[in-house]
Amino acid sequence: MLGRTANNIFWMFRYLERAENTARLLEAAHRISMTRGGDAASEEWKSVIATLGFRPAYQAVFPDYSAAHVCDFVLRGKGNAESVMWMFETARTNARLCRSAITGEVWEAVNEGWMTLHDLLARPVRESNLGTALAAIRRESTLARGATHGSMIRDEVYSFARLGTFVERGDNTARILDMKYYVLLPSISYVGTALDTGQWEHVLRALSGERAYRWLNAGRMDARSITNFVILDERFPRSLAFCFDQLRENLASLALLHGGEGEANVLIRDADQTLSQRSIDDIFDQGLHQFLLEFISTNRLIAEKIGQDFRFID
Amino acid sequence: MSGPDGPKFDEMRAEDGGVRPAYAEYCEWLDAQEKGWMRRKGFEAESFFRRTGITFNVYGENDAEERLIPFDMVPRIITAGEWRRLSRGIEQRVRALNAFMHDLYHRQEIIRSGRLPERLFRNNEAWLPQMVGFTPPGGVYTHIVGIDLVRTGPDEFLVLEDNARTPSGVSYMLENRETMMAMFPELFSKIQVEPVSNYPRRLAKSLAACAPECAGENPTIAVLTPGIYNSAYFEHAFLADQMGAELVEGTDLRVIDGRVQMRTTSGFQPIDVLYRRVDDDYLDPLTFNPDSVLGVPGIFDVYRAGGITIANAPGTGICDDKAIYAFMPDIVQFYTGEAPLLPNVETWRCADPDSLKYVLENLPDLVVKEVHGSGGYGMLIGPTASKKEIAAFRHKLQAKPHNYIAQPTLSLSTCPVYTKAGLAPRHVDLRPFVLVSPEGVDITPGGLTRVALKKGSLVVNSSQGGGTKDSWVLSD
Repeated sequence: MLGRTANNIFWMFRYLERAENTARLLEAAHRISMTRGGDAASEEWKSVIATLGFRPAYQAVFPDYSAAHVCDFVLRGKGNAESVMWMFETARTNARLCRSAITGEVWEAVNEGWMTLHDLLARPVRESNLGTALAAIRRESTLARGATHGSMIRDEVYSFARLGTFVERGDNTARILDMKYYVLLPSISYVGTALDTGQWEHVLRALSGERAYRWLNAGRMDARSITNFVILDERFPRSLAFCFDQLRENLASLALLHGGEGEANVLIRDADQTLSQRSIDDIFDQGLHQFLLEFISTNRLIAEKIGQDFRFID
Repeated sequence: MSGPDGPKFDEMRAEDGGVRPAYAEYCEWLDAQEKGWMRRKGFEAESFFRRTGITFNVYGENDAEERLIPFDMVPRIITAGEWRRLSRGIEQRVRALNAFMHDLYHRQEIIRSGRLPERLFRNNEAWLPQMVGFTPPGGVYTHIVGIDLVRTGPDEFLVLEDNARTPSGVSYMLENRETMMAMFPELFSKIQVEPVSNYPRRLAKSLAACAPECAGENPTIAVLTPGIYNSAYFEHAFLADQMGAELVEGTDLRVIDGRVQMRTTSGFQPIDVLYRRVDDDYLDPLTFNPDSVLGVPGIFDVYRAGGITIANAPGTGICDDKAIYAFMPDIVQFYTGEAPLLPNVETWRCADPDSLKYVLENLPDLVVKEVHGSGGYGMLIGPTASKKEIAAFRHKLQAKPHNYIAQPTLSLSTCPVYTKAGLAPRHVDLRPFVLVSPEGVDITPGGLTRVALKKGSLVVNSSQGGGTKDSWVLSD
């Protein structure tokens, strides 16, 4: 397949995944803010903007961090070059660009998703509608992924779709974790308090992991076992370990197809192995924030190598 | 030939109100449907098109990077007998077009014989001196041709235009049929309609048969598109998809080791046949327009050295020229030795002083077209034009007579379309699609019927607000 097409597929799935996770992040913040109220709530919304790296662009448009303003900026973004609507638009443009590489089902899922969100986000989203809008974003992204899963043959195109999905998901999960640990808690003395635990629960919910976690941990709810679950549990499809595992597998099948490994293969194998040898105690000893920054940076490097190995651009 | 006020030929109904043979079974089916049902089907079709994203980009419209071409649910039906006659005429014409181009770029017998004035191609932008003395692989110039036909009576089909450069619209032919089969499956089990769905396979086969000698057993075919903002991007993607070929842009291609190669995830790979949907001018910045970023630097040298087949061949646009069109009856006669089976629409060449005089005297009754214009732009439709428009055109004609031809306003046949008020007649034309390879001429039964959706309008171009219909050729 063409390097340009591989690039389009990769980014199409990155944007679909990022749109979904942005909705998840907003949902977590929304839930957390509802349990606090007032000025504290505005800190929550501020953390969303910080996590997404939107601070300068946001401050150029809005003076405060109200729920309405943050949601509007993140979802439809006047002045936001990477709003959720823009991501869906870009995913759809990419789908058009490589229509001959994806199935009709995938195209229709992305196209219909774009149409749905286009209608839904035509006007500012009210707080009363926020849940509906966020659910719709998640659903449309899920439908596109489902169509990919159910209709695409397991060839190169599929591998690049999966690589895009998991590069993005790993990055996003790490950022959501980082928001919780580094940005949200007023001070370190709150660790282990009800506020702390409550926030962790919302993070789990945002990652659709609360039921699985509860099932596995018999109702225990503490930072260590939650982070263990979200970072190291290979059974959980949004964990960092799962994402690396998927990257390794998909790069391995590409190596098989191409009759040889590239730099990305080597990098992910090492990274995956290193991660699987870590324990949660290790990670806390190193410092969670530090660990997450390292993860994000390794993940980004892998993405770059994928682009180089497979000639995404000339 | 009858004028616009003469008797109109309705494809479905005879003047006495009876149903013409082509529509007998269809009308019987239609009459049996309950009221309001067709209307619901209309909404269904619209949403089907939106969802699948069958769109057409229109230049110069603010809100419309993508627009749907209106689709009408009533098919245009042609009997097997009519189609046989049409096919013979089309094949004859397409063979003549290819022989003509070979001659023009080689010995120019037709010029020497005095049948065609030399200035016709010498001053023509579509004429490529770079093609002189070169024979494309398999001797084929125009691999994919669209012949625009109009009808004025039961046995009167006329050629309105030849599209030998890059005819578009074939994806609508295919999608229209898909839509009809999805909406009215029972109709297709009742009426035997010749299938069109194998067109992409036939296209791939025909293109492969034109591969250069350096190609292996299974030639690599790619479709070259100018990109997503081109008005026919959907079609380019669609055809590449249906053929199982790569859809490439200029930036994906590079000349390496005397071959045109595409950048794949596992390195550069040579292409044998390039179905290009990029104009000659933008094909190779080293040979043609140096500012172009759409094409491939050096591709023309590879082509001349036999390293790739370009379809259609550069320089075929000369046949789309309306001044050449005016000579087509002579051209057919000259190369086939036979009288043309499909006549031209009567055409006055304004370069000729007597014709110009006639045209200037009869402007309100004529259609005047720019020789190099396309897509319904730059034309005057006398009967519907204002006095001011006619006066303006008179000036243009007098200033540059050789730039124009004129034709009578024909009473084009009509075919019913579905409107809110029920069926109503609208003017139609037909563009059948023809494939040419050393193995022969292959015409897909049917084609794209374009329909003027405004009452009384003769303009069927999609860029001018026309719509399309499914076109049926009945089986014997």
